[in-house]
Amino acid sequence: MTDQRSQAELVRQSLKRRYRKERRFRLYGIVAIFIALASLFILFADIIGKGHTGFVKTTITLDVTLDSETMYLDDPTDKDQIAMADFVAPIIAALQDHFPNAEGRAAKRELGRLVGSYAASDIRDLLEANPDLLNTTQTMEFLAHDTVSVYVKHADDPSYSIRLSEQQQAWVDELLEKGVVDTSFNDVLFSRGDSREPGNAGILGAIVGSLFTMLVTLAISFPVGIAAAIYLEEFAPQNRLTDFIEVNINNLAAVPSIIFGLLGLAVFIGLFGMPRSVPVVGGLVLALMTLPTIIISSRAAIKSVPPSIREAAEGIGASKMQVVLHHVVPLAMPGMLTGSIIGMAQALGETAPLLLIGMVAFIVDVPDGFFSSATVLPVQIYLWASSSEQGFVELASAGIMVLLAFMISMNALAIWLRKRLERRW
Amino acid sequence: MQTANLLPLILVLAVAAYGLAFMRSRAVAAPLGGIRNLKALPFYYAARAALWCAIPALIVLAAWAGFEGKVIQGMVISSLPQNVWPESPGQASLVLSQISNVAAGKLNPEFVPEHIAGAAGLLENLRAQSGTFKTILVLLIAALGAAFAWTRVAPHINARESVERTLRRIFFVCAAVAVLTTVGIVFSVIFETVRFFGKVPITEFLFGTSWSPQTALRADQVGAEGAFGIIPLFTGTLLISAIALLVAVPIGLLSAIYLSEYASKRVRATVKPLLEMLAGVPTVVYGFFAALTVAPFIRDMAELVGLEASSQSALAAGLVMGIMIIPFVSSLSDDVINAVPQTLRDGSLALGATQSETMKNVIFPAALPGIIGGILLAASRAIGETMIVVMAAGLAANLTANPLDSVTTVTVQIATLLVGDQEFDSAKTLSAFALGMMLFIVTLLLNVVALKIVRKYREQYD
Repeated sequence: MTDQRSQAELVRQSLKRRYRKERRFRLYGIVAIFIALASLFILFADIIGKGHTGFVKTTITLDVTLDSETMYLDDPTDKDQIAMADFVAPIIAALQDHFPNAEGRAAKRELGRLVGSYAASDIRDLLEANPDLLNTTQTMEFLAHDTVSVYVKHADDPSYSIRLSEQQQAWVDELLEKGVVDTSFNDVLFSRGDSREPGNAGILGAIVGSLFTMLVTLAISFPVGIAAAIYLEEFAPQNRLTDFIEVNINNLAAVPSIIFGLLGLAVFIGLFGMPRSVPVVGGLVLALMTLPTIIISSRAAIKSVPPSIREAAEGIGASKMQVVLHHVVPLAMPGMLTGSIIGMAQALGETAPLLLIGMVAFIVDVPDGFFSSATVLPVQIYLWASSSEQGFVELASAGIMVLLAFMISMNALAIWLRKRLERRW
Repeated sequence: MQTANLLPLILVLAVAAYGLAFMRSRAVAAPLGGIRNLKALPFYYAARAALWCAIPALIVLAAWAGFEGKVIQGMVISSLPQNVWPESPGQASLVLSQISNVAAGKLNPEFVPEHIAGAAGLLENLRAQSGTFKTILVLLIAALGAAFAWTRVAPHINARESVERTLRRIFFVCAAVAVLTTVGIVFSVIFETVRFFGKVPITEFLFGTSWSPQTALRADQVGAEGAFGIIPLFTGTLLISAIALLVAVPIGLLSAIYLSEYASKRVRATVKPLLEMLAGVPTVVYGFFAALTVAPFIRDMAELVGLEASSQSALAAGLVMGIMIIPFVSSLSDDVINAVPQTLRDGSLALGATQSETMKNVIFPAALPGIIGGILLAASRAIGETMIVVMAAGLAANLTANPLDSVTTVTVQIATLLVGDQEFDSAKTLSAFALGMMLFIVTLLLNVVALKIVRKYREQYD
């Protein structure tokens, strides 16, 4: 008896320790989840924190007198005169109206460096389009120089270095107070291609490039993926060849993406002589990469169609192909679409293989077709992130936000489709 | 005509063939007393005509477009006078780009030697001819196909069977694309790798301890040979992957355990998609985060405690990569933990074990093979990951185990060696393909082993 009691005693004593262990174990799990979610949160917060200023541009609004004498220009329709004319002078003159004390060459030069280097060509374009504006005064909005932009947006941020002289800082402060220097929504970001200057760089070129690339990827991987899934699920005989194909698909799904870049380089560019850095080649490579994802999810969708549907169709005399195309595929379509959208979202964010097929070139123009040199959104982000110019970091994070917005909406679409169209059997 | 313009034309022809064959089948059926006297529905006669029209034409078009460029290049090169024939492939590509620049009008013909200008004329000529021939040939084949199908619209011919057979074949070809891709990958790396081993002995590649592929411009410069020892790259890759797994395995595994055993349905429904979001974030975003936030942070922290850290430390890349593969580990472990039969759980709990004891002593050992499979898959993912390391790890091939030092990886080297202009025959370019082959083999082995373990484990409980 005593023996038994002491054993119960022992259990009771150990219980406390065991419950403590239990609580600790549970805590480990919570901590793990917390760390994972915290890193997700920090990642997003960091990108938004770095990138929200990318959506803001700094402008200088000036009353520019387009005086023919200061510009050495009598006739804006004359190409030679336009080429020789001095379009910076009226800008400096307009700035001098605000700071009458700024005289001398050095001061003028410093004033001139407040506006971006495209300001002069803005005036030229205006005069070329409307020659009769010569000798009038126009209110024009110029992009500020990148150093001014950094000063206005990041004066308190120690990770940015201010490259304005004391004098220029004082000027900009005064202009800010007057409202001449102002910040507004960065429409340049969404209306231009890449540029060497952060203020003039936009992601429109990259977005259009991504669009062309994705169209190629979709046009290939969606039909081919679905057809392959149909074959494997419905028609494939049980033999070695089928097994081999299945093993291949599973392995391809796990091949590192950069290997597909090597494939593209060696086969599409090397063997077939296709041009470098074009959306067609990028789209082909990404299509091969996303194909396994689409095949695997489409197969799952086909598998989930209950056999009774097939049997009913067969029972009233449909051929195997009719069963599949008229009944199984339409019912599996929501699942196939969901898988394809998720595959496309993956392809949209892919960078590494595109580096190898030359989509990292510096391209200013917005691409206009499947065979024009282009870059894509993630590659553009990579290029900006590795640039040494400090204004590009905020552009890269702004680009990341746009990319994430695209991906999140694609995934949301997939989830919505699944909720909306999926049938439970 | 351009290939891109021919595609819609073929489509139009196919639609026309469809319509014509449809009408023809009805016309054939009418005197017999309606379409029920045909062997197949008019749709199938029409579909067969469309297939016959489009498929042969598309195959010819694809073949033509694929080899047009190479053939024309060969003809242009061989048209050059004997004494200026390019000696090496590198020179040939230089000459060709010059010729095509002249032909495209980017280069003034007066600035180049006469034979180049002549060849440019020839190039333009050949291109135009090829375009014309291609258009005629493709349209002819499409028309012939449609015509043949038209003659085969007859009541006793079962068009449905032939359409279904063709569709089946198309489906099979689509499934075979996966195999073709694998074959393409293997061949694209194998040829260049063999050529690379012709220049650099395989033993030096596998066992050499220094890597500096920068071959010099002149043969007499210092280090003109370049060094191609893969060991520092492998250790660098392993170091970063090991850090990543050290982060991802405990976090992923513990969160999977918590989610599958403890969490309420509501918590699970919110936390799981959030965790999976980590897998959906593009790698370039992680690279950005690692290079611009984590790496400087680690450097500052290390300085604070008096350690010296590189601004491109292996630790930063590894940590961020670990965050990226958390969802792989957690969702795979979640699957295998859920696959452990409920009876094992019930049995253990009934004997008085606490939930954690059940987990540690019963479920975990039962799920271990599956979990190891998942970890191997995550490892292969880490080894093949490119963007994070390209942006956050360095280029210098240091043979070190110090996580605060800068290391380089196989993928970084592939990317840097092949980005931008390359000379085709140099050991430097070829080495990237050899590295690619190594990477492919290693990840393939990891995947095959992992899938085998997972499958075997599944069979055990199914």
